[in-house]
Amino acid sequence: MTATTELKNIISEENLIYSKTPVLLDNEMHYCPGCTHGVIHKVIAEVIEDMGIQEETIGVSPVGCSVLAYNYLDIDWQQAAHGRAPALATATIRLMPEKYVFTYQGDGDLASIGCAEIMHACNRGENIVVFFVNNGIYGMTGGQMAPTTLEGQVTATTPYGRDCKTTGFPMKISEMVSLLPGTRFVTRQSAETPGAVRKLKKAVKKAFANTREDKGISFIEIVSTCSSGWKQTPVQSNEWMKEHMFPYYPLGTLKDE
Amino acid sequence: MGDIRLMKGNEVIAEAAIRCGCDGYFGYPITPQSEIMETLMIRRPELETGMVVVQAESEVAAINMVYGGASCGKKVMTSSSSPGISLKAEGLTYLAGAELPALIVNIVRGGPGLGTIQPAQSDYFQAVKGGGHGDYKLIVLAPASVQEMNDFVDLSFELAYKYLNPAMILSDGVIGQMMEKVELSEFKPRWTAEEIEKISGSWATTGKKKGVTRRISTSLDLDSAKQEIFNHKLQAKYRAMEENEVRFEKIDCDDADYLFVAYGSSARICQKAIEIARAKGIKVGLLRPITLFPYPTKAIQAMLGQVKGILSVEMSAGQMVEDVRLAVSGKVPVEHYGRYGGIIPTPDEVVEALEQNFLGE
Repeated sequence: MTATTELKNIISEENLIYSKTPVLLDNEMHYCPGCTHGVIHKVIAEVIEDMGIQEETIGVSPVGCSVLAYNYLDIDWQQAAHGRAPALATATIRLMPEKYVFTYQGDGDLASIGCAEIMHACNRGENIVVFFVNNGIYGMTGGQMAPTTLEGQVTATTPYGRDCKTTGFPMKISEMVSLLPGTRFVTRQSAETPGAVRKLKKAVKKAFANTREDKGISFIEIVSTCSSGWKQTPVQSNEWMKEHMFPYYPLGTLKDE
Repeated sequence: MGDIRLMKGNEVIAEAAIRCGCDGYFGYPITPQSEIMETLMIRRPELETGMVVVQAESEVAAINMVYGGASCGKKVMTSSSSPGISLKAEGLTYLAGAELPALIVNIVRGGPGLGTIQPAQSDYFQAVKGGGHGDYKLIVLAPASVQEMNDFVDLSFELAYKYLNPAMILSDGVIGQMMEKVELSEFKPRWTAEEIEKISGSWATTGKKKGVTRRISTSLDLDSAKQEIFNHKLQAKYRAMEENEVRFEKIDCDDADYLFVAYGSSARICQKAIEIARAKGIKVGLLRPITLFPYPTKAIQAMLGQVKGILSVEMSAGQMVEDVRLAVSGKVPVEHYGRYGGIIPTPDEVVEALEQNFLGE
């Protein structure tokens, strides 16, 4: 038996233990090797399929690496100006309260230019889900400092390492939004191991269930890597994230009401 | 007999929005237009028609809420005054780039910067020539009465949906704050979900149904060749507006030797100036652009064989006068008269300016 025939025999109904959710499109992703966006997209897509809400879900994509998220999930999308996704989502859920609306934002988008929009959407308790992908750097524009860049971290605009005296301190956005009475569920997750992905999926399910129950805003931060921006291999990035990001941005649920 | 009332221009914008079946208003307080949102909050349209009213955290958030709402195929609007419109400029170009219909009301005040809270017309360039980045146009309507504040709300939505383009009502603190008799429009029901699907189903992000392609509300295309094709499409749309949507009014033009060109409250002042000038034996008429984009270029050109001079009267340092000069192309003298920084010209001043410029006095 040739290797090819052997492979053909393996691909059969009884051997099928995993399949790609149809909510995730077949378009080739533009993300760099080792990037966490693909995994997070997949988790969201799987939850949308599991909950049967594909026809009722509207995603709002940001400016940044995930600007083209609308190419990967087979749902209706709005593409927002930099940082404004929570404003779009606010109007969308107010005008169509029976839908499921989520924003998908990076740290430059959400924590810097969109800081006002996210704080006030959280404060109003809009009935939406926010995915905040925090890799501590601007990816799309070429690796500049983000509000969440760690002290001493080298980026394109902090070539000698982030000096907190002149650039401020890494912002703990989840802690900040958890203080607002409008937020119902605030959790910080990651996606670097199968275990972490399983936990993330559980949180995503809870968040969309909160929308279903009209509970208000659910905020999921996902601490992530950026191999290209950090100038590390994917494996090194994961190690660096565990060693440096997790102590400053501890994983776990901050608020669940 | 319709529903006739004595109302402020700003209040009428709010009332007209409710009556025309508007789905959502998103605003931020700024003088001299805060009565629009205040009136809506008092009226509580959410209980009457289901219209949503949200006080946003900023002008930027408000216009982006409009982007989100418009993306759902809903009739949505915002209002502001000059400094606030500068903040909204980001959203305006994104709306135009994503081909989304929406209504933006600008009750203009004096500038630049924080300027003053008194009326002005110094945002003409911003409204008509851009304001935001990229080659885009807004449909711009300039009401000259409280009645037109009422009428242009529905008309703006009609044009915005016809062309899938944001429309602006460019008014000013005079029209916004003054009270006049107005016949309010009849109530129209808001569109149902089925109607939205029928009208805007090809693009409105209401949730992707099985067997149809997902809808994406975006102004992004990283492929420059495609972006150029898209820009050609936009330009063709703007040409179609110029072909079909020019609106203007002519007053006392039949025998006119001279012509005022003025919009909004300046046009009202010019109407009085015409009376004064004609009493003195000066035959002057008024051409009032109602659409500032598309501009009544041809209507001005049609007057060129008849008039000896044109005075563009604006509460600005001379913005619209550039479009008058482009239309006239040097064939007759065109001058500008303006007061600015919140000062409103008197009819006597306007007549004096006409005499000084064209009658050697």
